[in-house]
Amino acid sequence: MTQKVFILVGTKKGAFIFESEPGRRAWAQRGPYCETWPLNHMVGDAASGAIYAGGGNEWFGPAVWKSTDLGRTWTHSSEGLAYEAGEQPIKSVWSLAPRNGSLYAGVEPAGLFRSDDGGQSWSHVAGLREHPSRPHWQPGGGGLILHSLVRHPTDDHQIWVGISAAGVFYTADGGATWQPRNQGTRADFLPEGERYPEMGQCVHCLVMAPGKSERLYQQNHCGMYRSDDGGERWESIEAGLPSSFGFPAAAHPYDPETLYLLPLNGDSSGRYVPEAKAAVWRTRDGGATWRALRKGLPQENVYFGVLRQAMATDRLEPAGVYFGTNTGMLFASADEGESWSRVAEYLPPILSVETLVAEA
Amino acid sequence: MSAAPVIVRLPDALLALFPGAPRRLEIAAATVGEAIEGLDRRWPGMRDRLCDSTPAIRRHINVFVEGERATLETRIQPGAEVFVLTAISGGRPPADGRA
Repeated sequence: MTQKVFILVGTKKGAFIFESEPGRRAWAQRGPYCETWPLNHMVGDAASGAIYAGGGNEWFGPAVWKSTDLGRTWTHSSEGLAYEAGEQPIKSVWSLAPRNGSLYAGVEPAGLFRSDDGGQSWSHVAGLREHPSRPHWQPGGGGLILHSLVRHPTDDHQIWVGISAAGVFYTADGGATWQPRNQGTRADFLPEGERYPEMGQCVHCLVMAPGKSERLYQQNHCGMYRSDDGGERWESIEAGLPSSFGFPAAAHPYDPETLYLLPLNGDSSGRYVPEAKAAVWRTRDGGATWRALRKGLPQENVYFGVLRQAMATDRLEPAGVYFGTNTGMLFASADEGESWSRVAEYLPPILSVETLVAEA
Repeated sequence: MSAAPVIVRLPDALLALFPGAPRRLEIAAATVGEAIEGLDRRWPGMRDRLCDSTPAIRRHINVFVEGERATLETRIQPGAEVFVLTAISGGRPPADGRA
């Protein structure tokens, strides 16, 4: 048994796994798994070593797939993953968050489910959909999706979710009651004078800084933001970025001031990398200043985008950074983003990228 | 009185999700809904793959009984064949607009 690092890649046509030694110089590719289902999110549970993949198949509906042998064999279940009869059925699973033996799933249409048996059965965290604002939740271009799930590192009762386009919501009581947490984030798609509503913002990706649970970052449809009070109040940190528009954000594994973004050229300009040159943007000071990281990334005629769950870091030293494109290319950095290499180039469109470090 | 056996034929894409399930089997059922319940008892979770929570047969799953597209309530004559098929429309992955 030696330590291995895995890149978990959810695509429009199944799950792929890339495996390397901790040095991360070469990657071995496996897959596709999960019967080539579209998989919006694939995560590893560092505590148990299990891998989960959530998605939805147009024929067979939503399910969470599970592997306990690092991806070689899989089972699936959606027992209990349903709203009441008569409600709009769940179409797809969008986000997964394992911690402390429980597993949460965010779904489309937006709602939250919890499993206490490793994804075999699910129960609805009904409080979120009972929030009085729910009739006003509007779907974004990807549907009315609960795509970001952030859990407090030690307090299981605290959860933040990101819903497009309803905004960020927070619970301190395990999901019974929820509060909108969008103050200071902009909604450019609303009339002048109404652009800072209580909810209805189009959050694209929400992440927590390591070791600093009150520090959150979010990439929004309209800007990039930081909060230092658990989302009560947000401040813009988009100055210095080439665009206020993008999808993913990836927190550094152990430095709360470091964050990675992949800005795109705008919501109505093609949604590809600015000036058709690929770059990951990194801050080392909590968003005060930004630097483009381009070494090893293509700098000519690049028209890909990167979706909201398709960038991640690993927990090795120095930290690895990874992103996958909507054109099926996977890039990796083993030196905190300073230099990049292409790991794969002919995958299906990549919907999510996560990492797992495990004994194998 | 227990229902008489009917013959159910299952599509390959479904069988891939339930190792060991056969393409063709006999099951006691008087309606399509009962047939799917019978499938779910033998292969737990199969109902969720064929039906949504409305409840209804999923949009891109077609069930035919005696040449007619059926619903969960459709009655099945003893010995009749029930074809469960994946619709051609269901092969499309979800839309890519993820704003």
